[in-house]
Amino acid sequence: MSNDDTIPITIEFSGGLEILFSNQKKYNLPLPFKDESGEPANVAFLVRHLCDNVMEDPRKELFVLDGTVRPGILVLINEADWELEGEDKYEVQKGDHIMFVSTLHGG
Amino acid sequence: MAAVISSLRKQISTCEATLEDLRHQLAEAERIQRQQQKSVPQKRPLATDPASPLDHDMNFGVPDDFRSEIFAVLKQEAKAVEGTESEEPSRWPLEKNEYKRYGRQLIMPEVGLQGQLRLKKARILVVGVGGLGCPAAAYLVGAGVGTLGLVDDDVVEESNLHRQILHSTARVGMTKVQSAMVALNSLNPNVKLLPHISRLTPDTAISTFKDYDLVLDCTDTPTSRYLISDTCVLLRKTLVSASALRIDGQLMVLNNPPSPPGDTTGGPCYRCVFPKPPPPESVVSCGDGGILGPVVGVMGILQALEAIKVLTQTPAASSVDPPSLILFSAYSNPMFRSVRLRNRKAKCAACSAHATVTPEALESGSLDYVQFCGSVVSNNDALLPDERISAQNYAHIRSGVNPFTGTVSSKDSHILVDVREKVQFELCNIDGSVNVPFSTVSNMQGDENDWVTQLRKSEKPIFVVCRLGNDSQVVVKKMKQLGLDAGGKRYIGDIRGGLRAWRQSVDVEFPEY
Ligand SMILES: [Zn+2]
Repeated sequence: MSNDDTIPITIEFSGGLEILFSNQKKYNLPLPFKDESGEPANVAFLVRHLCDNVMEDPRKELFVLDGTVRPGILVLINEADWELEGEDKYEVQKGDHIMFVSTLHGG
Repeated sequence: MAAVISSLRKQISTCEATLEDLRHQLAEAERIQRQQQKSVPQKRPLATDPASPLDHDMNFGVPDDFRSEIFAVLKQEAKAVEGTESEEPSRWPLEKNEYKRYGRQLIMPEVGLQGQLRLKKARILVVGVGGLGCPAAAYLVGAGVGTLGLVDDDVVEESNLHRQILHSTARVGMTKVQSAMVALNSLNPNVKLLPHISRLTPDTAISTFKDYDLVLDCTDTPTSRYLISDTCVLLRKTLVSASALRIDGQLMVLNNPPSPPGDTTGGPCYRCVFPKPPPPESVVSCGDGGILGPVVGVMGILQALEAIKVLTQTPAASSVDPPSLILFSAYSNPMFRSVRLRNRKAKCAACSAHATVTPEALESGSLDYVQFCGSVVSNNDALLPDERISAQNYAHIRSGVNPFTGTVSSKDSHILVDVREKVQFELCNIDGSVNVPFSTVSNMQGDENDWVTQLRKSEKPIFVVCRLGNDSQVVVKKMKQLGLDAGGKRYIGDIRGGLRAWRQSVDVEFPEY
């Protein structure tokens, strides 16, 4: 895939989610520019892409549930709650930093 | 017998240490009481009137020796009436000892006299007196809050002590609330401590919270987190919520400002940020996942800090910080980061105009938090009885005579697979066992992994063991799926109750962790 077809972004996992992604907290990822149906790549597509191409752990249900990020995972787009940016419809931009944080409950 | 004697000796010395500790605390409390009695305010002298001839004579018109005598007589009289002196408004807003005790924070513009008075008036509730609650309570009591309530129904265990800094070795077995009160009282006897030795439930939450100004969520389960947040929204209290696991921590100040439900100027609540609870199988406790003491300590101290910030702010200060989540990760660089949270959610079940969480719903029990958060489906019955063996019977297999055949068995007659993670396996294991971590089994890609190949090379029966006897059952199933049981010809089973049962019924020396 040439650079023109992908968007370079940074993905980060926190709160133990990195365990599902080969214990690697940070990924510099080239995300395909368009999704399966030719629409600009948004966060929903990014989540599918991570699930299918990056996540090696077979326990997909610990990351995705009913087609979206499971409850208890906070998605942060450039250090802000994704609710502030349009949730999974947010179109991914070059250089974006997208973070997935699992809530902790211990105390 | 030697073990009994040494155990008794140890217990005696522990008790002596406790006694010693209590004597110190008593002496300290008595000293403070004496001090407080001494500092009873003196009668305020009247202002000198330069026009009064008596004033003039006393101050300037008598020889100094005579003046000394008069003062000495007056002092005697003052002493005689000291005990009966009536209560008079104190000259200073704080007690004398408080200026000294809080001096280092009083001279800071962030606190000052007004801030200290606000702290002194404040009533704080700490829910959970564990890894977060201990350091949080210690700093709040140290800072001189007026009243501190403590909620917990747990007792102190030895495995708490590496992080729950208010408890002590001598107080193992005592309730956490009582143990914390001993420590907090000796830290600062000026603070009123209120014990709530019970588990927080929907029908007690409102009555427990209502007399406090601010709440700290120092608990460790999703159910309590939703219950505490809902109650804070209903009673309009700001909530400082934190959590920690392994090397990570999280902190949020919620419902700040604590506007009434439906008012969008209020800060978000826990449900705004997490409308749905996580699936129960994704929730990991400190007991299972582990926790580094200073990690949870840092988070508890940050809770105390945020509470002090909220309590000491001037009422006129309208600008509350925008809602944020602090993420702490001990092995990352930087260790701290702060991310912006959303505002109140328009459809929040607790804090919006459409809230379904009401005091009536809470107190009637129609809000079932346990059901809302779900629980992990127990897989205790995952295996059939003939696929399982008790720890005691397994011990016979390792070193015993078969009652039917007379053959002597040994630990080489079979393969013992320990499926705990490597770091736990290295702590302690049964002689001769091989380690196949559970994560390796559950992360398996394809059918053939190295451990599968190794196990295929032999025909010896396989016993699987883990910490408590749950993961071992999952692995037995997996092994059978992979055909390691040669179509039923080779025995594969697990040890019921895992290494805990092994310690309880076979090897008392086996470490408990
Ligand atoms: Zn809310």
